[in-house]
Amino acid sequence: MSMDLSSRVPSGAIERLWDKARFEMKLVNPANKRKYNILVVGSGLAGGSAAASLAELGYNVKCFCFQDSARRAHSIAAQGGINAAKNYQNDGDSIYRLFYDTVKGGDFRSREANVYRLAQISVNIIDQCVAQGVPFAREYGGTLANRSFGGAQVSRTFYARGQTGQQLLLGAYQALERQVDAGRVKMFPRTEMLGLVVIDGKARGIVTRDLVNGKIESHAADAVVLGTGGYGNVYYLSTNARGSNCTAIWRAYKHGAAFANPCFTQIHPTCIPVSGDYQSKLTLMSESLRNDGRIWVPLKPGDQRPPNEIPEPERDYFLERRYPSFGNLVPRDVASRNCKAVCDEGLGVGNNGLGVYLDFADAIKRLGVAVIRERYGNLFDMYERITGEDPYKVPMRIYPAIHYTMGGLWVDYSLMSTVPGLFVIGEANFSDHGANRLGASALMQGLADGYFILPYTIGEYLARTKLDKVQTDYAEFKREESEVETITKRLLSIRGERTVTSFHRELGKVLWDYCGMSRNAVGLKLALGKIRELREGYWHNVDVLGGPEDFNQALEHAGRVADFFELAELMCIDALDRNESCGAHFREEYQTPDNEALRDDQRYCYVAAWVFKGANQPPELHAEPLKFEYVRPTQRSYK
Amino acid sequence: MRLTLHIWRQKGPKEPGRMVHYEARNANPDMSFLEMLDVLNEELTLKGEDPVAFDSDCREGICGMCGFMINGVAHGPRRGTTVCQLHMRKFKDGDVLYIEPWRARAFPVIKDLAVNRTAFDRIIAAGGYISVPAGSAPDGNTILIPKPVAEQAMDAAACIGCGACVAACPNASAALFTGAKIAHLGLLPQGQPERDQRVLKMVAHSTLEQFGSCTNIGECEAVCPKEIKLEVIARMNRDFIKAS
Repeated sequence: MSMDLSSRVPSGAIERLWDKARFEMKLVNPANKRKYNILVVGSGLAGGSAAASLAELGYNVKCFCFQDSARRAHSIAAQGGINAAKNYQNDGDSIYRLFYDTVKGGDFRSREANVYRLAQISVNIIDQCVAQGVPFAREYGGTLANRSFGGAQVSRTFYARGQTGQQLLLGAYQALERQVDAGRVKMFPRTEMLGLVVIDGKARGIVTRDLVNGKIESHAADAVVLGTGGYGNVYYLSTNARGSNCTAIWRAYKHGAAFANPCFTQIHPTCIPVSGDYQSKLTLMSESLRNDGRIWVPLKPGDQRPPNEIPEPERDYFLERRYPSFGNLVPRDVASRNCKAVCDEGLGVGNNGLGVYLDFADAIKRLGVAVIRERYGNLFDMYERITGEDPYKVPMRIYPAIHYTMGGLWVDYSLMSTVPGLFVIGEANFSDHGANRLGASALMQGLADGYFILPYTIGEYLARTKLDKVQTDYAEFKREESEVETITKRLLSIRGERTVTSFHRELGKVLWDYCGMSRNAVGLKLALGKIRELREGYWHNVDVLGGPEDFNQALEHAGRVADFFELAELMCIDALDRNESCGAHFREEYQTPDNEALRDDQRYCYVAAWVFKGANQPPELHAEPLKFEYVRPTQRSYK
Repeated sequence: MRLTLHIWRQKGPKEPGRMVHYEARNANPDMSFLEMLDVLNEELTLKGEDPVAFDSDCREGICGMCGFMINGVAHGPRRGTTVCQLHMRKFKDGDVLYIEPWRARAFPVIKDLAVNRTAFDRIIAAGGYISVPAGSAPDGNTILIPKPVAEQAMDAAACIGCGACVAACPNASAALFTGAKIAHLGLLPQGQPERDQRVLKMVAHSTLEQFGSCTNIGECEAVCPKEIKLEVIARMNRDFIKAS
């Protein structure tokens, strides 16, 4: 099968591309928009804003989420902020600088044109959210406040205390509910997408399961949009919500959508360390804490003294020492690897030695407790609730955890996957962050896709494409329904001896050990064997109780874990194939003398898009070459 | 730690429910309350018994999906804390705990501890927004908002829509939830054009969903995991009287 991986980026100067693309788009007559049906799966920043904006334009929208309300989507948990090139602080920021920082931060594995567009749109997002009533932090004069955020030397991050994601999501959710009230969006909560329906090579609908009564249902449409988030939960322990999963994008992959850069997974340096094997998730402590907190470990291995009793000369502020110009604000991948490295040397703190201190004593001395409480109060409270320790008095303990997945379904400049009519937005696609995402850029991308890109590009697709009417009684829908039912029945019929969770936990451990913060060929090959073996075991020995027509949470989990097994394999294949280090993908064989990621631009300056070739067949690699005409690839240096 | 649990089990909305007794033998002070239930569910599954259904998602106290009563208190004994952020160190070895779902006519039980809270979505849909289609916004800094006003609006906007306020209220009133949204949007200049309509429509819709009336008891404020203040109800009432 030949695969068209043309990015469809228009030609011309980068500043003009998005204007040009929009001008060249064919428009749908306003009166005709209500004749088009669009399915939006996911109701987070990307899905929610897309569903609301499409409905505002007049399209008929159905929106699906597995949670009990659109407002629960995991975007809600983003704490720190959202970037925008407003230059309100007069500190030299510009669209070009945000573009430059994002391309460099992504370690030259993203598409320049997409990133430039993202930086351009960033300014409109802030305006939109302010107008919706998002209560961003303000200065005393009433203007919007900013802070600087991991990896940036300008203050371009807008925030609402430590709840920025929540407030942006509620803005999108309220816009969505307004459209629900207007009758232009029909919302399907507690409904999970389990199948994609492709007719005549175009995405024409989905098959869902009602999580309350188990009903399998088909929905036909003119286009399908996936805004279903990332797949970090493949590692079992991650900062993602418990329900976050890869099922929608994975089933789309199995229907022909190429999966790009699956091994690009981001590890966040500042999370609360694991406390025991019952642990159900890891909790992120916003990266903004690194603005005022100082990271250190004791100089002596095995130093058992309480942190406050370790004098200054016996502490190693290792990030400040190794990276004098960025210090504690180095990008996430660099910070994470350094934290792991000091723990591997036996310098880690906490019961299991898997932790480093994040200390606010100096900041409290300099700024006072009141200022620190205003900036981080809710984060400090959260930390105290989970660990029982008071970070105003003793340093926090932190350790890296899986947080975000840069990989996702491949999309072109118009956010369309390799299946015509299937659009993918937000974290679910691969588009803008390359091999590493910068802090406060995920919210920006989700909202850029949903409010300002997809509403135009989907119109262009609908206007240019001849779409015959399809109905849910077509054979393609029936076939997909029966496939979905078969998987459900099979899972319920195994009645083995192990719980879904126990398998998921074991899979996560394999991936974390061999395809986590650093990888090598030997480990990845080992992991591939272990994953296949474990998957075999899963289909013979998992125990899922209850019936298909129940509110059956174990069954929901079982279906998601089945997909995680297959995705885990693809991640290892991709990591093994990419014989270089870049961004968050750190292959131990490829590093500079001072242990930084060593890219191989000669051989790997491309997007790896994997195509499904059938169960138990190796996937096929297609490469989209990347060209850097504006930001010259350099070795990243944060010294 | 060893705990005695009495958990409400109910197969579906139309089925009768009852308290069922369980022993949690493997609790540990560093576990969250939900992790303690996860461990119980693992044990039940291995014994071939139906695990306890309960909702949760983010498990960091922000999505609002979790929540149930522990010994008659919504989200349990720790103030300002959702049940997913409540840790077992808050309890003692040998404690006896009664765990029940939110109880309100507007929140029918789906199964065990999971309830249907879509009535909250419909209250927001009735008017809990500012009408500003994508693309029509002026530059963010053209709308100046004094810092104290932005902070007050943020206090109200922190609501996570978990439903604890309704569950704790003897009248099953949604006044704290509705008032929080009305206060958030009503405090901001952007929210003024629709302020009167908003309060009238949202309050009317809340009654339609069979939430009760507010009689200023204050249980809602006491259990709110985001510590939303009763003041938002006063704001709602003032706006309502002005608008009617």
